[in-house]
Amino acid sequence: MIEVHDLTKRYGERIAVAGVSFSVARGEVLGFLGPNGAGKTTTMRMLTGFLPPSSGTAKIAGFDVFHESAQVRRRIGYLPENPPLYTDMTVRSYLEFVARLKGVARSQVATARDRAIERTGLGDVAGRLLGHLSKGYRQRAGLAQAIINDPEVLVLDEPTIGLDPRQIIEIRSLIRDLSGERTVILSTHILPEVAQVCDKVVIINHGRVACEDSLDNLTRGGTLEEVFLRYITADVIDETSADPDEPAGPRELDDPGI
Amino acid sequence: MRNVSTIAGRELRSIFASAIAYVVLTGFLLLGGWFFFNLLARFNLLVSMYSSFQGNAEAAQRLNVNEFVLGPLLHNLSVVLIILVPMITMRSFAEEKRSGTYELLLTSPVSIWEIVLGKFLGTAAFITVMVGLTLIYGAILLAFGNPEIGIMASGYLGLWLLALTFVAIGLFASSLTENQIIAAVTGLVLMMLLFVVGWGADTAGDTMGSLLRYLSITEHSGNLIRGVIDTKTLIYFGSMILGWMFLTQRSVESIRWR
Repeated sequence: MIEVHDLTKRYGERIAVAGVSFSVARGEVLGFLGPNGAGKTTTMRMLTGFLPPSSGTAKIAGFDVFHESAQVRRRIGYLPENPPLYTDMTVRSYLEFVARLKGVARSQVATARDRAIERTGLGDVAGRLLGHLSKGYRQRAGLAQAIINDPEVLVLDEPTIGLDPRQIIEIRSLIRDLSGERTVILSTHILPEVAQVCDKVVIINHGRVACEDSLDNLTRGGTLEEVFLRYITADVIDETSADPDEPAGPRELDDPGI
Repeated sequence: MRNVSTIAGRELRSIFASAIAYVVLTGFLLLGGWFFFNLLARFNLLVSMYSSFQGNAEAAQRLNVNEFVLGPLLHNLSVVLIILVPMITMRSFAEEKRSGTYELLLTSPVSIWEIVLGKFLGTAAFITVMVGLTLIYGAILLAFGNPEIGIMASGYLGLWLLALTFVAIGLFASSLTENQIIAAVTGLVLMMLLFVVGWGADTAGDTMGSLLRYLSITEHSGNLIRGVIDTKTLIYFGSMILGWMFLTQRSVESIRWR
């Protein structure tokens, strides 16, 4: 469903993402892990067509994210790190706007809106201004806009950041519900979240894939915390280290400046 | 076209949702009223002075409200537009970038042209209301005097086209930055330049001089205010509006190749 091959993003001298490759099968939930500044957001922005890659390719549902961007954008729901909310709109009118923007048929707009409100539990605040909502509700509104056109692929960038524990649990179970048949990429640095929600894990560090494996395989040898720390502290970031059975030894790496 | 109207509708609603709109409208009408009152008072004084001297009755006949009241009024209002239009357009792109909704727009299946055109039409609708409200001064002249309707219509057309050109410039300025103040100042300076570029015409030699004169927006709006409708003028405004929209499109698109 999602195939990323050698994706690279350069900002002048600085390399934010350096040759990232991974794939996600239909219906899988991928946990996209990495320390802050590892290149998670940049990778997701390239997948959603917001930023073009400097080199490499990525395909979503068989469409190239750069050359067939419009096709890709029709098929994804994207929740950026900051939920993209117009604070001067009510939840209801905002979701109508997004539905129209995403090409939901005119006659279906109201249905899509009500379904998204219901699925994300926004019913109580549907008539309120987005700017007046609590952070938890804003995050829900962000999720609601991502699922409004019933996309095949969901890209969620740190959906639980800055929420209180109760809200985190709510959003997490919401994501689990929403995943269903969909293919989901979930970026986070909260490890229990991955253990509860994801099927597969990609750990990214300094703009490179440090590890790509199923959650079951990874946690066989220890907790996810241990695995994560092992991969991000090992200074080796190489394709070969993607195999967890063969932990590669330390090697010098030029600092990408992250 | 549906995407364009969706974006235009949201733009217009967001302008009216903000207090800026009402402050700008009030300020515009307040200043307009003051100009109108003073121009009219001066005109009255002139008429009574001329008529009080014997033999000057014909001279008094030659005084007309188009030339002495409406013309200067429209000129003054166009100066006020230089300051007020940037206050309306500064938010357009800059606020979307700051709040993160830019990511939603650019990852939706809409083209950049549709975004630019939608934003232009939404803002243009507001500015049209703003210019339209000044028709009250024309209506007062019609009710209590006999101005030439043709010249009056052509004058208002001039003010409206000038305002639309300013909208296109303001949107371009807003697309350059995520800071509203920078957007407003950039827009204001560009509009002001277009306003005064003709001042260099007299000393710049023949070719350069006529080029500067052609570029000057007051040259063209001035023609319309005098009642001269020339295809050259209409082409000028048409190409100005399209040209600035083209630059805006490039500026938004630059995220894709920068």
